[in-house]
Amino acid sequence: MNAPLRRAGVVILVLFGLLFANLNWVQAYKADDYRTNDYNRRVVVAQYERPRGVIEAGGQGIATNKITDDALKYLRVYPRKEVYAPVLGYRPVGLAATGIENAENDFLSGESDKLFADRVKDMFTGNNTGGGNVLLTLDTKAQETAWKELNDNERDVTKGAAIAIDPRTGAVQAMVSMPSFDPNPLVSHDEKAAAAAYNKLNKNPDQPLLNRSTAETKPPGSVFKVIVSAAALQNGYTTETEIEAGREYRESGAVIRNSEDEVCPGSQIDLKAALTTSCNTGYARLGVTLGRDKVLAAAKAFGFEDDQLTVGDLEGSGLPVAMSDTGKMANPDGSVDKGALAQSSLGQRDVRMTPLQGALIAATVANDGEQMRPYLVQKLTSPDLRTIYTADPKTLRTPVNSQVAGDLKDMMVSVVENGTGKRARISGMEVGGKTGTAQNAEGADPHGWFIGFAFNDKGEAVSAACVMLENVPGGHASAEAARIAGLIMKAAAGQGGN
Amino acid sequence: MKTQRNAELGLLAFAMVLVAAYGATVEAGRIGEITPTFWVPAALLSVLFLGLHFVVRYTAPYADPVLIPAVALINGLGVGFLRRLDIGDALSEKEPIPGVFSGIGGRQLAWTLIALILAAILLLVVRDHKVVSRYAYTLGLTGIVLVMIPAVLPASISEVNGAKLWIRLGSFSIQPGEFAKIALVSFFAYYLVRKREVLSLASRRVLGIDFPRGRDLGPVVTVWLLSLLVLVFEKDLGTALLYFGLFIVTLYVATERASWLIIGLLLFFGGVYVAYLLGASVGGPFANFYDRAQVWLNPFDNENYERLGGSYQLVQGLLSLGTGGLFGSGPGGGSPRFVPEVQNDFIFAGMGEEIGLFGLSALLVLYLLIVERGLRSALAVRDSFGKLVAGGLSFTLGLQIFVILGGITGLIPLTGQTTPFLSSGGSSLMANWLLIAMLLRISNAARGPAASGGGTDRAGGPGKKAPAQLHGAMTEVIKP
Repeated sequence: MNAPLRRAGVVILVLFGLLFANLNWVQAYKADDYRTNDYNRRVVVAQYERPRGVIEAGGQGIATNKITDDALKYLRVYPRKEVYAPVLGYRPVGLAATGIENAENDFLSGESDKLFADRVKDMFTGNNTGGGNVLLTLDTKAQETAWKELNDNERDVTKGAAIAIDPRTGAVQAMVSMPSFDPNPLVSHDEKAAAAAYNKLNKNPDQPLLNRSTAETKPPGSVFKVIVSAAALQNGYTTETEIEAGREYRESGAVIRNSEDEVCPGSQIDLKAALTTSCNTGYARLGVTLGRDKVLAAAKAFGFEDDQLTVGDLEGSGLPVAMSDTGKMANPDGSVDKGALAQSSLGQRDVRMTPLQGALIAATVANDGEQMRPYLVQKLTSPDLRTIYTADPKTLRTPVNSQVAGDLKDMMVSVVENGTGKRARISGMEVGGKTGTAQNAEGADPHGWFIGFAFNDKGEAVSAACVMLENVPGGHASAEAARIAGLIMKAAAGQGGN
Repeated sequence: MKTQRNAELGLLAFAMVLVAAYGATVEAGRIGEITPTFWVPAALLSVLFLGLHFVVRYTAPYADPVLIPAVALINGLGVGFLRRLDIGDALSEKEPIPGVFSGIGGRQLAWTLIALILAAILLLVVRDHKVVSRYAYTLGLTGIVLVMIPAVLPASISEVNGAKLWIRLGSFSIQPGEFAKIALVSFFAYYLVRKREVLSLASRRVLGIDFPRGRDLGPVVTVWLLSLLVLVFEKDLGTALLYFGLFIVTLYVATERASWLIIGLLLFFGGVYVAYLLGASVGGPFANFYDRAQVWLNPFDNENYERLGGSYQLVQGLLSLGTGGLFGSGPGGGSPRFVPEVQNDFIFAGMGEEIGLFGLSALLVLYLLIVERGLRSALAVRDSFGKLVAGGLSFTLGLQIFVILGGITGLIPLTGQTTPFLSSGGSSLMANWLLIAMLLRISNAARGPAASGGGTDRAGGPGKKAPAQLHGAMTEVIKP
């Protein structure tokens, strides 16, 4: 019986050998895989072991941490709730973050290569020094004003967005979206409650989770006339050039009328007056006269059709910006659809624009035709407040020369001084802009737009803004947008707010 | 021959020092300081094992000196790990550090006491292992009843995590299968000693291998059917493999016929494969087995992971092991509570996170040492019954370790076995200590003077009639 007993011993040896080999596979070969696996809760807990970096705006912490006594040590807190939510986003437990929390996640969590030295230091000191801090460009006064005025708008509009940019640098001064959301319940350590809060927001038909200033495009209406004006000025027109206008313009089945009968009823109007009064027939004819290619080229030069832009830091990570689009303006056979071109010249038909793009147009005009790349991250600092990165403003593109920019500026100032944008006026500042009222759906109230810029008494372009209100009831949809934009720019210039 | 009892005492002391050191590192890692009472569990265990040591010293002086210290070390580390879970739970609930006798660690300490008392009683009562053969049929019947009880009970009483292996009455639960294996091994050993001649000699030669006669296949087929019934009704491949494996091995050892192994393995894996196919197509009682096979094949598949009763547990165990890596996070430094059932089936995975590949390898070597020591006793003992019992018990122990550890490391489909001497729970601990006591008894006969092995006039059994020589037992005559 001993021979088979010995063989049984060998079998046991083989079985244990298999166990040992498999244990090596699991604990050595697959160890890194398993250690960082999405299903591994330790990964989540470890992330919460050290404080995440603070996000600040104007010296105020807008994404901070609170020490808790549950398994996850630090709780993310957003003290200003809805106001900054579209910019900051949120970082839920065990899921991907959004907004700046996502764009700068590596730095905030401390895993970035930029903080390598700090991690090494931690290894020796045994501290958990936490992630790096992010300082945003947002001006707290401009941001709070934008949020307040947008929500307290005089037309009871429930959806809209506002954004303000420093034309000289591209630094974003304010970025709000309405309706917004409170990010705090979404980052709750009670994951079930967080998921429930998310589902509720996600099902809301008003889409509070959508950042309307960057992620949503809407027909810009007459705001687009600035682009057509730029195309004209680049092609031999001056602000005094007389263009054809009239009460009505029929082109390939499209019928263009003015918003009111008093607007440019005569057969001729100069370019500046046409913009000032927002003459529809004039701009429709002008677009058709210039031709599709020149209008498209001007739009593209200002940033339309760009689907790569992000707004965050200037190294490439940030909030994605939806592509603003002019549409094809073509017949099915590819030839120019003049009716569509006429309508598109008024920012209707298939033209779509983000509020950010609107602000960029105004900022470009105010900055002598140089479009600065917009950014939100001013500075990154290490946990011990050493500066790791400072934004170095970059020119994104130069769609027009300073001559054309100067003419456009004159025309847009005229709009605010004498024309449709009067409600944007700020005492003591030179303000220019353009209104837009966009028809969107049959029977629906139009969207109201205003893009504009403000120069201080020293002649410096201090702010460019865009306000968009969705479905404004009661006519003159753009007037309320103009008023709000004026207040935001005033606050951004350090003259308003609270 | 030397008794080597002092060697056993020394090894035992060393094992208890290790257990105390483990308790201290757990406290340092979890609480952040070593409390003044860290040594108490180790000291209590030392007293218990010392008691068993003295029982062995007087009733089985020639018993293998490695078995008790090796098992004591594993048992002690198990108690230490369970206490570590208690401490971790208390800390996360913001409660004071639990006392030595509270929580699952304290309960395990109590179970260890009871298990050791049972082992000591077995050593005191059974002075000669051959006595057991007298009760072989009773034991066989008991074994089968114990195996079948959970299968016939309603699932609400017997089912835990999809496997019907339990009898649960309120907070009290036992796994009768744990005891069944000892009873069944004893019965098989007796039966095979009687039948070995007929099973090993009467044969037909096919393709150079001797195959048994058809009429002698009866018992094999019976046990095969029994284990397949276990597979289907208790929904547990591991248990089926365990019973069938122990029968086939004792059969092979008794007959020295490789053909039995071939027949057995073909039958078993054929049966398993058919059950898998039936589970895929027919469902019904086979569906559970099919599900488990799917979970085993694709644990990280999202559908399997999210499904109730799916791969969640297995995956968390694997992640725990993987997180531990080579060296582990140190005792007390891991997060074992992320693994469901970490105090029972998955204790190996929970410990693996903290002691790493090196620690688990050491544990594996300890288990291997116990099994191989048992097999050595089987080789050395002089009577066939002792050989079969020691061999069968050792092999079964090894197979059970393979089944559960292979299950949680993803080597084979996961089944609801306990990890011997480590898992929390009384049945497993009592049954396995009884098994060790039996091995001690047989090793005493193996290593002792020839006279004591013969069993004619054992000093231990005064006044009792010496058990009948099994070699002289009636053997079936081969009819040509």
